[in-house]
Amino acid sequence: MSETLASGRPAATTPPAPGGLRERLSSVSRADALRWLRDNGVYLALAVLLVFDLFFTPRFVTYSNLNQQVVSCTRVIVVALGMSLAIGTEGIDLSVGAVMALSGALLVEFSGLPAIVAILLALLAGAVVGALNGSLIAYVGVQPIVATLAFLFAGRSIATLLLYGHDATIQSDTINKISSGSIFGVRGLIVAALVPVLLVFFVVRRTTFGRRVVAIGDNVRASYLSGLPVKATLILVYVTSGVLAAWAGVMDTASIESASALSSGLSYELFAITAVVVGGTPLSGGRIRVVNTVVAAIFMQLLRSTLTFHNEPDAISQMITAVVIIVAVFVSRVRARA
Amino acid sequence: MTNPTIAAPSGEPVLEAKDVSKSFPGVRALDHVSLAIGPGEVHALVGENGAGKSTLIKLLTGVYQLDEGQLLHRGKHVAFGNPRAAQLAGISTIYQEVNLVPQQSGARNLYLGREPRNRMGLIDFRKMNSDAKALLRDFQIEADVEAPVSSLGLGAQQMISVARAIALDANVVIMDEPTSSLETREVETLFRLIDRLKSAGVAMIYVSHRLEELYRICDRVSVLRDGKLVHSGAMADLPRAQLVATMLGHELLEQVKRQVGLTEERTGAPSGRIVLEVEHLERRSLLHDISLDVHPGEVVGLGGLLGSGRSETAKAIMGAQVLDSGEVRIDGKPVRLGSPSHAIQAGIALLPEDRKLEGILPNLTIRDNIALAILPRLARAGVVSDGKVDAIVANFMKRLNIRAYGPDQKVGTLSGGNQQKVLLARWLCLSPKLLILDEPTRGIDVGAKAEVRATVDDLAKDGLGVLLISSETEELVGQSHRIVVLKEGRVAAVLSGDDVNEGALVHAIAGEAEPDDTAAEEDTDV
Repeated sequence: MSETLASGRPAATTPPAPGGLRERLSSVSRADALRWLRDNGVYLALAVLLVFDLFFTPRFVTYSNLNQQVVSCTRVIVVALGMSLAIGTEGIDLSVGAVMALSGALLVEFSGLPAIVAILLALLAGAVVGALNGSLIAYVGVQPIVATLAFLFAGRSIATLLLYGHDATIQSDTINKISSGSIFGVRGLIVAALVPVLLVFFVVRRTTFGRRVVAIGDNVRASYLSGLPVKATLILVYVTSGVLAAWAGVMDTASIESASALSSGLSYELFAITAVVVGGTPLSGGRIRVVNTVVAAIFMQLLRSTLTFHNEPDAISQMITAVVIIVAVFVSRVRARA
Repeated sequence: MTNPTIAAPSGEPVLEAKDVSKSFPGVRALDHVSLAIGPGEVHALVGENGAGKSTLIKLLTGVYQLDEGQLLHRGKHVAFGNPRAAQLAGISTIYQEVNLVPQQSGARNLYLGREPRNRMGLIDFRKMNSDAKALLRDFQIEADVEAPVSSLGLGAQQMISVARAIALDANVVIMDEPTSSLETREVETLFRLIDRLKSAGVAMIYVSHRLEELYRICDRVSVLRDGKLVHSGAMADLPRAQLVATMLGHELLEQVKRQVGLTEERTGAPSGRIVLEVEHLERRSLLHDISLDVHPGEVVGLGGLLGSGRSETAKAIMGAQVLDSGEVRIDGKPVRLGSPSHAIQAGIALLPEDRKLEGILPNLTIRDNIALAILPRLARAGVVSDGKVDAIVANFMKRLNIRAYGPDQKVGTLSGGNQQKVLLARWLCLSPKLLILDEPTRGIDVGAKAEVRATVDDLAKDGLGVLLISSETEELVGQSHRIVVLKEGRVAAVLSGDDVNEGALVHAIAGEAEPDDTAAEEDTDV
C-alpha cells in the first residue's frame, strides 16, 4: 500500500521509469476509451444496431419504418429534454408522465375553447405543476425525488377527476393536425419535438440559465457563494420540465386523438430517465447532453422495436433495457475518476 | 519539549495509547503518538486543524484501526473493531455536532438501546420519562424530556448527549469541542458535570479551542502538530502563550520579530477613505459585537484560532451567514445582508476556506469556473457572448499564470494551487472593491503559495481592500497592514504599526496582554 504510494507519487512530477510509463499509458488510454464511450457510446450503439437490422431484420431499415419509429418516440424525447435539465441540477422530475395525462385531460376539459387557447392552458398547467415542484425543492428543501413523486400521484389524480375516469376523444382538427399534418414532408410530431430540442440545445449551450443549471448541479454551495440565483434557477428548471411534459401530453393526445387519465404518459418518467442516462448524463448532475439524450431515446425505441420484429416477448425487451442501463451507468462512472 | 510518556498523576491509566501511528493515502495522520489518561483526570488535547486530534480520537473509539502501536484499556491490551465495541468497554464520546436521534424525545435518546421494559416486554414509557426527568434534575439540566430533541435548543441537546454519555456508566469520556454550541450558563452546567465525573474517577479527554476552558478544567495537556506529539505535561506548567506557540509551531523563546513591510509606509490609506465597514455583527454562540474596517489598498488580517469566528465573519460579510444583527457597508452604502448576490453586486468577493466544498465546480472547465460569477455581465438578454468570456478567461489565465492544457481542462484535474488561482480569477474579473481571502494558501504548494501572496500584494497596491484570514501567523504578519484578532467570536485585539509581529499576534491569540521582549517566562494567571 505504502509502497505503491511511494512509487506512484513521484511519477506525477518526474519522468517515470520505462515500465511505469507503459503502465501509465495503458491506464490513461483505458480512461480515455471509457470517456470516449461515455460521450459517444450511444452513437456507436445506434450504428451497431442499424447495421444489425440491415442484415438480420427484414424491412426494418426503410425510410418509412425508421420515420415511424422516430415518430413514436417523439414524446419521450420531449419529456427527456426537461428531465435532462432536472438531472443536470442533480435533481429528477418524476411528475412528467402524470403532467402528460393532466395536459390531455385539460384539452378535453377546454375543448369548447379555441384549440390554441386550450393548448396554452394545458402548458400553463404544466408550468404550475413545475413551479410547485420547484418551490418545494428550492424553498422548502424537499428532495426532488419526493416532491415530484407527490405530483406523480396528484397530477394523474386530477386528470382522472377531470375525465370522470373515462377516456375521451378529441375532435379538434387543430390539435389532431399536430400528429397528422406535416411541414415540408416532415411529420408533424417530429416537428413538434424538433422545435423544443433546438430550443433546449440553445438554452443549454448559450444562455446564462443553461450555465447556471450545470453549475448548480456540479456544486450548489459554490454556485450560491458565487452569487448565482440558485432558487430561481431550480424553479425555472422544473417549470421548463413541466411545460415540456405538458407539450408531450398535447402531442400524445393529438396522435391517439383521445385523452386517457390512466394510460397517457404512463411510465414516461422512467423512459425519459432511461434516455438521459443511456445518453451518458450522470445522475450526479453538472452535465447536460441534449443531442445524446435525443439519440438515446431513438436508440431505445429502435432496440425495442427490433426485438418486437424478431418476435421476442416483452419480457426479453425489458431485460435488455436493464442491461443497457447498467452498461450506460458503468460507462458514465468514469467521470468520477476522470 | 518532548517527554512523550508521562505517567498519569494517580494510579494506573484508564486508557493508554502507546506509540500509535495511522496513515491515510498520502498522509501520515498520526506518527508514534503516546497518551495516557488516569482516573479522574481531564486531559486536554490541542492542536490546529489537521494536527491529528480527530484521528487520535477515532482510534481510541474504534472508528479507525491503528496501523502501529498499542491501546491499553485498564491495563489490558484492546483492539476496538468498531465504535460499538469501544462503547461497550465504557468509552463514551461527545461530539461537537450533537449526535442524537433528532425526531425522538429526550428520554428516548437518553435510554436509546436500553429502554426500561414493562412486563409485556414493551417499552415502559412512563418509567422511562420519569427516570429521564430524575436524571436531568440530578444533573441540574433544564430540558423537556418528552419533546423531540430537535425542538430543543442546541445547548439543551448537547446537555442531553452529555447526560447520556454519563448515564452509560462510562469510564472514559471523550469530549470534542463540547462547548462550541453552548452559551455561558450551559458551559457552567457542563463543567459541573465534568467535576462530578472527575470525582467518580472517570478519565476524560477534552478537546477545545477555547483556552480559558482548558486552563480551568484540564489537569494535563497534550499538543499535537502535524500528526506528532510535540508536548505533553501538566496544564499549569504550560503558559498560555507558550501553548499557542507550541500549537502553531513557533517557539516563543526564539520570538521572531518580523516586521515586514513597515518600511513601505503601510499605514492605512492615503485619503482615510474606508471601503468596508463592519459594525456589531451578532450571532448567537458564534459572533459577538464584531466591528472592523478596511481601507482601499489595505490588507487587514483576521487572526484567531479555529472556531474563533474568522470564517463566520467572512461569510457574514458575504451574506452567507445568518446573523441576528449587524451592518456591513461598502463605500458607505449599506449592503443588504443574507444574499451573496447582493454582496457581489456591492463589490465584495470571497475566496472561501474550503476550496473543494465551496469553491470549485470540479467537473466544469476552467472557462466555466472563471466565468461563473461574471456571466450575467457578459450576457445580453440571457444569451452569453462566448467571445467576451474567452477574452476574460485568456487574460486571467495568463495574468495569474494558471498552468493547464487550456481553458477547456476540467478544474477537478488541476493542482490545488491552480484551482486556487482559477477561483481568484473568478473574483478578480469582477473588479471587486473588497476581496476576502479565507485561508488562501492552505494546501497548495510552495510555488503557488508565493504566487498567490504576490498577487495579493499587487492587488492591494492597486487599491483593492483585502481582508485576509490565515492560520499561518507568518503569512498573516507578512501580508497584513493591520491584524484584527478574534477570540471566541469577539474582537480580542487589533494590532497595527509596530505591533504587527508574530510575537504580539501569538499573545493576542492566546488572549494575554502584549508581552515585553522577555515575556516568555511569564506565568499565566487564569
